[in-house]
Amino acid sequence: MKYIDEFRDGVTARGVAEQIVLEAKPGREYNLMEFCGGHTHAIYRYGVQDLLPDNVHMIHGPGCPVCVLPIGRLDMVLGLADREDVTLCTYGDMLRVPGSKGRSLLKAKSEGADIRMVYSAADALKLAHQLPERQVVFFAIGFETTTPPTAVAILGAQAQGLENFTVFCNHVLTPSAIANILESPDVRELGTVPIDGFLGPAHVSVVIGSQPYEFFAREYHKPVIISGFEPLDVMQSILMLIRQLNSGRAEVENQYIRAVSRHGNIKAKRMVAEVFELRRLFEWRGLGVVPYSALRIKNRFAKFDAEARFDLRYTPAKEHNGCECGAILRGVLQPIDCKLFATVCTPETPMGSCMVSSEGACAAHYSYGRYQAEAETA
Amino acid sequence: MSAPQARTKRKFGTPLNFKRGVIELSHGSGGRAMAQLIDELFAKSLDNPWLAQGNDQACLQLPAGRVAMTTDSYVISPLFFPGGDIGSLAIHGTINDIAMSGARPLHLASGFIIEAGFPLGDLRQIVESMAAAARAADVAVVTGDTKVVERGKADGVFINTTGIGVIPEGLHLSGDLAQPGDSILINGTIGDHGVAVMSKRTELDFDVSVVSDSAALHDLVRVMVSATPQMRCLRDPTRGGVATTLNEIARQSGVGMMIEEAAIPIQAEVAAVCELLGLDPLYVANEGKLIAICPPHYASNLLDAMMSHPLGGKSAVIGEVVADPHHFVRMQTAFGGSRIVDWLSSEQLPRIC
Repeated sequence: MKYIDEFRDGVTARGVAEQIVLEAKPGREYNLMEFCGGHTHAIYRYGVQDLLPDNVHMIHGPGCPVCVLPIGRLDMVLGLADREDVTLCTYGDMLRVPGSKGRSLLKAKSEGADIRMVYSAADALKLAHQLPERQVVFFAIGFETTTPPTAVAILGAQAQGLENFTVFCNHVLTPSAIANILESPDVRELGTVPIDGFLGPAHVSVVIGSQPYEFFAREYHKPVIISGFEPLDVMQSILMLIRQLNSGRAEVENQYIRAVSRHGNIKAKRMVAEVFELRRLFEWRGLGVVPYSALRIKNRFAKFDAEARFDLRYTPAKEHNGCECGAILRGVLQPIDCKLFATVCTPETPMGSCMVSSEGACAAHYSYGRYQAEAETA
Repeated sequence: MSAPQARTKRKFGTPLNFKRGVIELSHGSGGRAMAQLIDELFAKSLDNPWLAQGNDQACLQLPAGRVAMTTDSYVISPLFFPGGDIGSLAIHGTINDIAMSGARPLHLASGFIIEAGFPLGDLRQIVESMAAAARAADVAVVTGDTKVVERGKADGVFINTTGIGVIPEGLHLSGDLAQPGDSILINGTIGDHGVAVMSKRTELDFDVSVVSDSAALHDLVRVMVSATPQMRCLRDPTRGGVATTLNEIARQSGVGMMIEEAAIPIQAEVAAVCELLGLDPLYVANEGKLIAICPPHYASNLLDAMMSHPLGGKSAVIGEVVADPHHFVRMQTAFGGSRIVDWLSSEQLPRIC
């Protein structure tokens, strides 16, 4: 595939790997958090960890939109899906995430709920046209990457005067999550999570630009490399982080220059600002309640807000006892530190959200990385 | 073997209306409407002496030897896809399951479950495609069954096909025979069927020209068996793709596998569609592919035989069987690392970003 294979080239990878070995100082440990599930996926799928020296550690961050959605929000969407008049449109990897009592959208679908997998908000809008007698609800999740398409769908629905299209909005904000991790006692005071630097988001940064991360570099003295999602992007970004750490710098550098500018996509940001506003409080799985970390639909678009139309109320729900997703999402624990991992919690029967999406740290480790762990204990 | 004598044909007042007619509950009720459907469509298209005899069973004379038997149900949606339809698939799939034992497929039996309201024209297209596939493979559908269910109780049409074949003397292929050191081969590109079907199923805004690889593999198997009777195992990587088949064999044989990503044949377009849809082609279905495992010193001989056949032009050695108490299938990535190629967890679902 043109423009993709170039970023997965094994020969170039070996060259970058040799450079990393050359520059990573043997006497020190490098603890690097890749923020996004997209990075986690690339690291496992292409075996990037095998090419890194032993003192370079990758810590999986909370940037998996499926993983951070709390059970309470899932229960809300399950309630919506159970309504006779609702056709619920969802991204594929939300289907398996368990809500309360282990019930998922996939289970609701097999019990007869009208749930459709879509690839975009635009598909849901199209469906609303095709099914005028149904209430079509788009289950909107994701960071800043998927927010502009949701805004486009809402503006489209308004322009077309659609009466049967609403959005259940769960869009969350990347900078708030990074700030929350850096402010958490584990990282700031206790020093139990030694994060030396970040691989910053790829697709999110295409929208918001590299500028929002400058605060973290300055305030917390942590280098951030905006990194693409291809394995060579990840390798090169790791090398760039090591170079910054070796020279004591803490700056925002952009490895993903083929797509990310300092100010991002101004038109997309304007549309998002037109349709959405900050939520005062939003609960994240793993991070808890984080102020001003998510978006809600503005009152002037309330007609397209599923929470308003169906009068939905949020009730926090209890996580599975013993599930360590929270600590894993903050980088405090590794998947194998959780006693549920690969015992009762597997991709077939996920207990926590990290085991559901293949971007989740536990699922990625279970599917791709378990060999190393088991080989070491064998 | 001797074929039975054909009986005199019954005649019906008005012929079936294949242009506008639809299947009705009466077509499955055992009365005159059902007899007409069988005569004017099934017996006519599938045309062989056993069917024409009109009995509830086919009486067969089998050659001596071990008999392989299999059954498979086809519930594919959409019913028609680039490179085939449910009819041809129902022939190819069952022939292939027999052929993977090394057997020569001889006879098939087929059961149809049809939803009332299904267009007769579509049904004819499916049955004719089935007949053409069976003829091309030199295998007869010798007996069958038709049931009609109420509207909403099925998805158009479901087909079950059962088959039998005879295994050549002395040949023993089985999923539990793979040994460390053995070579793993495949007869061509992966993921073609799954992508061809998906391209019609999801509402994609781009054109895909990928065609299903649906094909009967028994002739390729015949060539392989005669070139390398020392083969240990054959299996067709259908649902769940190559990854699932390798995991099944690894578990059955109590071994591990190490495959080489760069060696696995894949069409650029299939790789691109999988990339866009967030799918891993290793888990995407094939309907005209087989995985062969043989002792390493026979691998090049087997590969030559496979490549000499029209259905094996792009064959390749993709990896080897290794000793592994965990029975993991692992892959050396083209990038230079390695990873597990695990069992699929329920359906493959696309990632959101």
